Amino acid sequence: MSLSLDDVKRVANLARIEVGEDEARATLAQLTGIFSLIEQMQAVDTSAIKPMSHPQDAVQRLRDDVVTETDQHKLFQSIAPQVEARFYLVPKVIE
Amino acid sequence: MQWEIVVGLEVHTQLSTKSKIFSGASTIFGALPNAQACLIDIGFPGVLPVLNRDAVERAIKFGLAVGATINPVSIFARKNYFYPDLPKGYQISQYELPVVQGGSIKIQAGHYGSEHNKNIRLTRAHLEEDAGKSLHEDFDSVTGIDFNRAGTPLLEIVSEPDMRSSSEAIAFAKTLHSLVRWIGICDGNMQEGSFRCDANVSIRRLGENTLGTRREIKNLNSFRFLQQAIDYEAQWQIDTLESGGKIQQATVLFDSSKRETRVMRNKENAQDYRYFPDPDLLPLEISQKWIEQINNSMPELPMQRSCRFMAHDTTSYADALREQFGTKPETNPDILIKQSCHMATVNDIHKIYALSAYDAAMLTADITTADYFEEVVKIVGNTHAKLCANWVVGEIITRLNQESKIIVVSLISAQQLAGLLLRIVDGTISGKTAKDVLNDMWNSMDGVTADAIIETKNLKQVSSKEEIERIIDEIFFTNPRQVSDYRNGKVKAFNFFFGQVMKATTGKANPAQVKKILAEKLIA
Repeated sequence: MSLSLDDVKRVANLARIEVGEDEARATLAQLTGIFSLIEQMQAVDTSAIKPMSHPQDAVQRLRDDVVTETDQHKLFQSIAPQVEARFYLVPKVIE
Repeated sequence: MQWEIVVGLEVHTQLSTKSKIFSGASTIFGALPNAQACLIDIGFPGVLPVLNRDAVERAIKFGLAVGATINPVSIFARKNYFYPDLPKGYQISQYELPVVQGGSIKIQAGHYGSEHNKNIRLTRAHLEEDAGKSLHEDFDSVTGIDFNRAGTPLLEIVSEPDMRSSSEAIAFAKTLHSLVRWIGICDGNMQEGSFRCDANVSIRRLGENTLGTRREIKNLNSFRFLQQAIDYEAQWQIDTLESGGKIQQATVLFDSSKRETRVMRNKENAQDYRYFPDPDLLPLEISQKWIEQINNSMPELPMQRSCRFMAHDTTSYADALREQFGTKPETNPDILIKQSCHMATVNDIHKIYALSAYDAAMLTADITTADYFEEVVKIVGNTHAKLCANWVVGEIITRLNQESKIIVVSLISAQQLAGLLLRIVDGTISGKTAKDVLNDMWNSMDGVTADAIIETKNLKQVSSKEEIERIIDEIFFTNPRQVSDYRNGKVKAFNFFFGQVMKATTGKANPAQVKKILAEKLIA
């Protein structure tokens, strides 16, 4: 897949990132490099390889079922924009 | 045209751990808002989830109870979506490798007497965290969020589309509900949301093999709503197809007040959850040794217990187990039975009661009822198991149902009931009098014994032969005409005398004995 300079500018605009002409060219070169890396990886036949779920060769540590936390809602809510009657308030959402 | 309804269920069961699945916050229901939401639950940056061993153990228990495969390695994945009560922006769930895969549950659907057995296959059961709660109504133009529920461990149990009616779906949901409480992994409290069902419903022409397009009904938190929602949805789909319409895949909500389903989202705006393995959690490894440990602590399951209650002897018990669980016929019955009741001692093997299928089903509806019954039998004796079953099913369960109570709050303890039944067995009181005694015990609520009531109310049956003979003689003396009638062939007069004796003893005479003595005296 090849990327044009216009694509880069369009994506930058959509992401609301200001990108100058030189920067856009540099970004195009970098992104094109990433794309070719992806193409290189996609060329490898992985059909017989088990997907890796974690890069570390270790297993999940388990904890005992014990309650260790106390009520700290005041502290946690001190940085919340809006709080009432112990609830976090958010703009009304109804699906 | 004949249509076939196809239903599959997804059930979210809240696991009854003390702390959350990935944090040390408490899971107790009804706490003050946000009192039980720690940094991990509210998704602060820089925190790491650590998996609760008991949540995994409960999932394994479930897998063992339904004969599923416990995956030796399973993976946690992020299910990404945006909603204010999901603070991280993703729910930690399992996608490709769940803890539990396969398995099945036997259900009994239909009305008593015409019920049929059916095997419902399970697809999987996976661990995940619950989200917080949004309160849309309580605040003016804003939504309040309580994160107490966020991070509560859930086991999502997914069935195959094996049910063919709403009644089969209910039977499945009820069996599952009973099972998770039986093995002690979930309290099953539906009002508190501990057991929530989603139903996938589709229809197809009878005899067709391919599945129709399904619609998923979300969040049904009572068996009644589940039934109503499936019935409404199936009829709606039938009407739509018969009037030339098409079913579109969709997620719908059931409006219980209007009793109808309406679309929440359809296929076009279906969410892509962008599942991927959660880098914060390493693969979960479950060793064979751990599984065996849990297996050894499993209680005898409802179906196994029901087989035992119905068995006449160890051979028929072993046969029933083989039939239920498809074990090879050559397996030694003793070993089979021992395997079936892991915890049972050798003595338990002989706790078999030859009960009817109905009694066995009623008594194994939940573990406390089954324990209660066995406690009663233990005192009254195996030979009177049928009597015990009659009283537990016919009196205790009936009374509890009338008062919408469950057996743990029974107003009569197993010891009290057993004390009463012993007095029937030894002939001190008749079954009829026993019901009055039970009534007194029920209403007194202070654990009064049957013996005390029999004593104070002077309810002892008149069983002495001399006493009954004396009463009969008196009645013969005052009713000479009926005596000669009987002796002249009017057999009906027997009932007259029997009634008179019972009346004279205010019902306290042992009926069998009265009949016997009366017959002897009339012939004489």
